[in-house]
Amino acid sequence: MRWSIRACGRGARPVVHLNRNILLGGTLSLLFLGLAALSFFWTPFDVTRLDIPDKLQPPGGDHLLGTDHFGRDILSMIMMGARTSIAVAVLAVGIGIAVGVPLGLLAAARRGTLLDEVIMRGNDLVFAFPSLVIAILITAVFGASAVNAIIAIGIFNIPVFARLARGAALPIWERDFILAARVFGKSRLRISYEHILPNITNLMIVQGTIQFSLGILAEAALSYIGLGAQPPTASWGRMLADAQTLTAIAPHVALVPGLAIVLMVLGLNLLGDGLRDWLDPRIRVQRV
Amino acid sequence: MIRYLAKRLLSLTLSLIAASLVIFAVIEVIPGDPAAFMLGLNARPEAVEALRDQMGLNDPLFLRYLSWVGGLLTGDFGTSWTYKTPVAELVSDRIWVSLPLAVYALILSTLVAFPAGILAAARRGGLGDVSIMGATQLGVAIPNFWFAMILVLVFAINLRWFPSGGFPGWDDPLAALKSLTLPAIALALPQAAILARVMRSSLLDMLSEDFIRTARAKGLSRRQALWRHAVRNALIPVLTIIGLQFAFLLAGGIIIEQVFFLPGLGRLIFQSISARDLIVVESVVMLLVFTVIVVNFTVDLAYALVDPRLRSRG
Repeated sequence: MRWSIRACGRGARPVVHLNRNILLGGTLSLLFLGLAALSFFWTPFDVTRLDIPDKLQPPGGDHLLGTDHFGRDILSMIMMGARTSIAVAVLAVGIGIAVGVPLGLLAAARRGTLLDEVIMRGNDLVFAFPSLVIAILITAVFGASAVNAIIAIGIFNIPVFARLARGAALPIWERDFILAARVFGKSRLRISYEHILPNITNLMIVQGTIQFSLGILAEAALSYIGLGAQPPTASWGRMLADAQTLTAIAPHVALVPGLAIVLMVLGLNLLGDGLRDWLDPRIRVQRV
Repeated sequence: MIRYLAKRLLSLTLSLIAASLVIFAVIEVIPGDPAAFMLGLNARPEAVEALRDQMGLNDPLFLRYLSWVGGLLTGDFGTSWTYKTPVAELVSDRIWVSLPLAVYALILSTLVAFPAGILAAARRGGLGDVSIMGATQLGVAIPNFWFAMILVLVFAINLRWFPSGGFPGWDDPLAALKSLTLPAIALALPQAAILARVMRSSLLDMLSEDFIRTARAKGLSRRQALWRHAVRNALIPVLTIIGLQFAFLLAGGIIIEQVFFLPGLGRLIFQSISARDLIVVESVVMLLVFTVIVVNFTVDLAYALVDPRLRSRG
């Protein structure tokens, strides 16, 4: 729909103008999504099979990215780890959106009331907590697992989306078409859902991409200190923790998972930047 | 201004009370009886019960909350159950690792970010800008604990310039600084990347302002206008970010402390969690949250002093 609007309004622009960031970021993100999806059907080697005589093989040869200290194939573990990282980060973003966006819309719809105040102060409170400390606390209290990592990361996504949704919704409430909807007798909640939400979706998608990449980093950090997904589930963070004592003799064991994290996060950030430029017309106007 | 200050102080107090309630509640649901944990598997039930009484675990919830908060207010953080020493002492030992580390990282990140951000803004769209922005993209994407591992591999194991971990204490300040250098660099990397981006965009905003055109019109060169007018004004939002980052660095050092085996607050929290030493966890987390909230409050206040428009917004 956006394309058609743009085609009418500014006919001079190409209908689909994908910028470099979207192409590069999208390719990187898709690469890891593809690897994760592929791991459900096929990995080069079985990651649960230990093959000690074949341990710490350098990249190249039979094992494309080498083997770790148990002789497990690193490429296969990267593929399985991608699955964990993506699942944790996506679900954590899901929690943030599912709880945060309705809260933000509600606060905007009831602007200036006690409800608005309570929601926004609650947001400030969560922001004030050092997120990593609380994530560690949560996983320590309820046990280290992927599910608890998702909850711990997800909680800190809620205020991000709530604040963003409220901020984006407030100026829309001042627009004429909202006034028209109110004249028709629609309730504030219904207006929020039918008219405000579609207008802030783009912004949420962009922020969702950024939070996705932060989620990947947070998951890696948590599983690095042993509070993320537990063995035998593969995770990039734990691969790094295992590799820490081996960096001197087999650097690739530490380099490969780290590079996987960097490329995935970089890809998502570029994608987010690209989507923002592409979806937000105001920024484009500034650049022209 | 007085009204504004009163309002902010009230909300500061409410935030601190809410934070303490949340922390207390989370600690309460931790499974496992600390008394049973301390006495081991073979303890007789009566002994466990007696210890629970002594530790105050049998008192009603709100009484325990009040005595905890009351203790915090009077500087009595309680006594660690495993170390058998006052929590305040444990914290003050370790804060001399965590605090200097955070300050060190903040200095490094500022030293890198300021010139990088200014250069990128001054050469907007040029080669310098593109490469600095590319570098910051990378800086944000690199997990700092992985960067720390690479630093250890290159500068500690191969080149032997710095120790790979541990902390010798402040008796030998040079050795102490040396052992904090790699952790500080690792901690500073993502912060520097973020700060450089904020510096650049804030400066770009300033450069498009009318007063820069005026400065140019009265005969200042581009360089003079940039340094005398734009940079100074662009610093205000940048300083806010630095304030926030300091609080973050203090709490965010936890993982880096793990990588380098530094005896800081982060390791204290870890050890206390696994030893079920709840009073230590409670107090250290509260201390960190307190620091973050108070730093935010101070930054807000400083902002309001500089910019009167913010006061009315309340």
